[in-house]
Amino acid sequence: MANLKILKERISSVASTQKITSAMKMVAASKLRRAQEQAEAARPFSERMSQVMASVAGGMPKSDDMPKLLAGTGKDDTYLIVLATSERGLCGGFNANLVRAARSKIQDLQGEGKKVSLLCIGKKGRDMLGRDFSNLIIDTIDMSAIRRIAFSDATPISDRVMSMFDAGDFDVCLMFYSHFKSVMEQIVTEHQLIPVAVADDGASALEDGGTYDAEPGEMEILADLLPRNLAIQVFHGLLENAASEQGARMTAMDSATRNASDMIDGLTLTYNRARQAAITTELIEIIAGAEAV
Amino acid sequence: MAEKIAYELVSPERLLRSGEADMVVVPGTEGDFGVLPGHAPVISTVRPGVLEIHDGNAEADQIFIAGGICEVSADRCTVLADEAVPVVDMDRADLEQRLKDAEEDLADAKTDEAAHKASIAAALLKDMLQVAR
Repeated sequence: MANLKILKERISSVASTQKITSAMKMVAASKLRRAQEQAEAARPFSERMSQVMASVAGGMPKSDDMPKLLAGTGKDDTYLIVLATSERGLCGGFNANLVRAARSKIQDLQGEGKKVSLLCIGKKGRDMLGRDFSNLIIDTIDMSAIRRIAFSDATPISDRVMSMFDAGDFDVCLMFYSHFKSVMEQIVTEHQLIPVAVADDGASALEDGGTYDAEPGEMEILADLLPRNLAIQVFHGLLENAASEQGARMTAMDSATRNASDMIDGLTLTYNRARQAAITTELIEIIAGAEAV
Repeated sequence: MAEKIAYELVSPERLLRSGEADMVVVPGTEGDFGVLPGHAPVISTVRPGVLEIHDGNAEADQIFIAGGICEVSADRCTVLADEAVPVVDMDRADLEQRLKDAEEDLADAKTDEAAHKASIAAALLKDMLQVAR
């Protein structure tokens, strides 16, 4: 009979796990909708921003006094990698994929003899990379208190990156985040923040081939535009990442829920069989006993 | 005037407003400028101030923007604003309260960073108060 009891306990434990996973799935689905709306609402700005960037940068003559944010320091010896991950687990391969991409990039760069430092957004990335690269991680930015990512959450990060760049701590800055393609598909994306990757095809943004007048001047505009652009890129990455996280969690929890119900079915079948076997044995015993009398 | 200019007002978080108008007045860093259809292409930085959208004979729409970038081409005007609030939605009493709070924050800021933040907020609120009715 002990066997039956154990089976029954397992069934109820799987059932309560299923309740949790299906609740998490629902929560992720509703958070996903919000995150997705936010990510989509933010797209026009970053698109316009890159257009403006391209037209200002494209219209400028190449010169030595170009802002360093745009032209780079002329070296690529030290790298800063900004890795955006989630604060919580239970979202399938979401963090693992990001960390894997970042890790292989770090190893490649180190293989080429470059110096790498790491800035983690979200504690999962730090936890996972801390084992191998704990000496590279300069800081972790905690996002756990933030429920809805606002632009003002992205600016401290970009300010930080800016001040490190101004101090000459690195030459190239890469950001890793997950691009939200669909609920089922999130693409790990490597985006170069500094020097700014401008779609430089040499052509003017204007149809008639003219160039823009700049007011006050191109340099002043670039000085204002570049830090702003950096903040936007970070913000955009964070939003995409948040949407991806919820998408990944929803998918993972959906399959966990389904898995649990498969398991419950299997266990119930075993349980019923065992119960019937027990009944049969009892009957045989009773009949055998009756015959013996 | 038959021709109109397409305008877009975008904040980092969303597309705030878009449409067509007869004229858009942008508070540029070097002075306000009006954008009519066929304007020469310009990129300008924007100071905190009021963006006016004139369309037809109706009263102009006034929107406070807290700085940003403006891109103008012959048939469209795109304003990338850091923050935007329609002037009609601004409440003088509320702003005064917020300004007071910001000044208090500034007074008892412990770190340079906090003081810097509070002073930016206070300056912005002062700008907003100037245009609020």
